[in-house]
Amino acid sequence: MNPKNLLYTREHEWISVEGDVGAVGITDHAQKELGDVVFIELPESGTLVEAGTPFGSIESVKAVSELFSPVSGTVTEANETLVTKPEAVNEDPYGQAWLVRIKLSNKKELEDLLTAEEYTTFIEEEAGA
Amino acid sequence: MPINDLRQTPLNPVHQRAGGKLVDFAGWEMPIEYPTGIKTEHLAVRNAAGLFDVSHMGELEIKGDDALNFLQRLTPNDVTRLADYQVHYSALLTPAGTFVDDILVYRFRHDHFLLCVNAANTKKDYEWALAHKSGRVSVSNVSQEYAQLAIQGPKAMLVVQKLTTVSLPAIKNYWFTTGMVSGAECIISRTGYTGEDGFELYVAPDRACELWNRLLEAGEEFGLIPVGLGARNTLRLEAKMALYGHDIDETTTAYEADLGWIVKLEKGDFIGRPLLEKQKGEGLARKLVGFEMVGRGIARDNYPIRINGAQVSRVTSGSPAPFLKKNVGLAYLPMEHSYIGANFDVMVREAPVKAVVVPTPFFKRAR
Repeated sequence: MNPKNLLYTREHEWISVEGDVGAVGITDHAQKELGDVVFIELPESGTLVEAGTPFGSIESVKAVSELFSPVSGTVTEANETLVTKPEAVNEDPYGQAWLVRIKLSNKKELEDLLTAEEYTTFIEEEAGA
Repeated sequence: MPINDLRQTPLNPVHQRAGGKLVDFAGWEMPIEYPTGIKTEHLAVRNAAGLFDVSHMGELEIKGDDALNFLQRLTPNDVTRLADYQVHYSALLTPAGTFVDDILVYRFRHDHFLLCVNAANTKKDYEWALAHKSGRVSVSNVSQEYAQLAIQGPKAMLVVQKLTTVSLPAIKNYWFTTGMVSGAECIISRTGYTGEDGFELYVAPDRACELWNRLLEAGEEFGLIPVGLGARNTLRLEAKMALYGHDIDETTTAYEADLGWIVKLEKGDFIGRPLLEKQKGEGLARKLVGFEMVGRGIARDNYPIRINGAQVSRVTSGSPAPFLKKNVGLAYLPMEHSYIGANFDVMVREAPVKAVVVPTPFFKRAR
C-alpha cells in the first residue's frame, strides 16, 4: 500500500528524502479520491515553498485540489512529463508521478510528518469521521 | 458510508455494492462515479452504452378534461402540437420569463400528462402548478411511484431490445410507449441527457434493482457499464444541455438561455409571455454561449469572466470535456461580445486564461 520508506502529510502528499533533497507526490489514497487527473499546475524551479502551504494545484475531471508542501525549501525541479501525461498520477502515484523536488531548508520539519503506518491510521480515521 | 439525512433511491444498495462514490446531490445520496472513473464512464456512453440511476428526478401527473389547456398556460412550448405518446422539452416560467424549472412534458392523452422535473425543484414545481391550477384539472406529485433508469449510448437500443418484445426502433426520438421490460411494466421513453440515442425507463421502485441488474447482464456483451452523475454532467455539457441552478434559474430568461425554440409566442397566452414578447422586440442584453479554453487552464463553475480586464459574468458550467479532449464551458456574455470567435478571459485562481466563443453544441452525434 503506502511505501514504508516515505513520509506523509495530513493533506495526502508524500515525500522521499535523499540527502537534503526531497521528491514530493500525492498518495494513492489522494489519487483515488480525486479520480481521473487531467491537469497539474506546478511551480518553476527556484520557487520558494513553505511547509503546509499550497505550491500548486491538481485537477480531475470533477474537481480542483491544492497541493500542499510537506516541507519548506526551494523547488529544484518540477516533473514536466506530467504536463502532457497527467494521468500518470493515477497510474503510478509513488513512482513516475512525483511532482517536484525540493531542497529542504529545515530538515527538522520532517519530524512533523507521518510514517506510513500513521498515515494509514489517519485515512482510516478520516473515512470513519 | 451512508450520509446523514439524505434521501436514497431504490437503487442505493446496488450503488453501494458496485463501489459507487456516493455524494449529496440535491438532498439525495447519489453515485458521482463508480471505480471505473468519470472519463471511462463518459467514453462508454459515447462509444457503447451507460446505465444511470436518475430516480431522484421528480414526476408530476396532470389529469382532467382541462389538462391540455392548463399546461398550455403553464408552459411556453405548444402542448397542442404533442400527439399521444409524444414528449417535448419545455419549462415552467415565472411572469418575468425566467425559469422556475426546465421539464419534459409527456402526453398520454389529451386529459393525461406527466411532467418530468428536476429533483431539487420537485416540491417547488408541484406548488407552482397547484397555485396556477384552473378548470377541471388534478395535479399530483407521483415522484414516489417511479424509479428512473437511463440507458444511453449507441448500443442502448440493442441492450434494451434483448429484454422486451416492444419494437424499440418504432419509438422515434422524443416519443414513448408503455410496455414490459424484463417482466416489469415501464414507461419506455426515447429521451436522454447525454447527446446520445437512448432510453429513459420509468419503473415501480420495487422493480428497479432487478431491472438494473438485468440490463447490466444484457449489456455486458455491448460494453454497458454503470455511469454516475459526474459523467452525466460532462456528457450533457458536451451536448450543451442546460443544467438548472447553473446555466438557467429564476434570473435567466428563456431567450437569454438560448432556449427560444421552446417559446411559442404564436400559441397564445402563457405565464411569462408578455415579458418574453417584450424582450424579443427590444433585443437581448446578454446570451448564454459555449466557449473553449485557448490558454492552459480549466474553467469551472463560478469562475469570473473578464472582458478587457472588467468582470462581466461568471462561468455557469465549466469542465474538461472527456470525449472532445478540450476544456469547455458555458457563460452569459454581453450580446455584443457573444459572437463566435470572440475572445475573453476566464479567471483561473486569480490569473486570466484566454477563452473563445465557439459554435454549440460542442458535441453532436452522427445520425
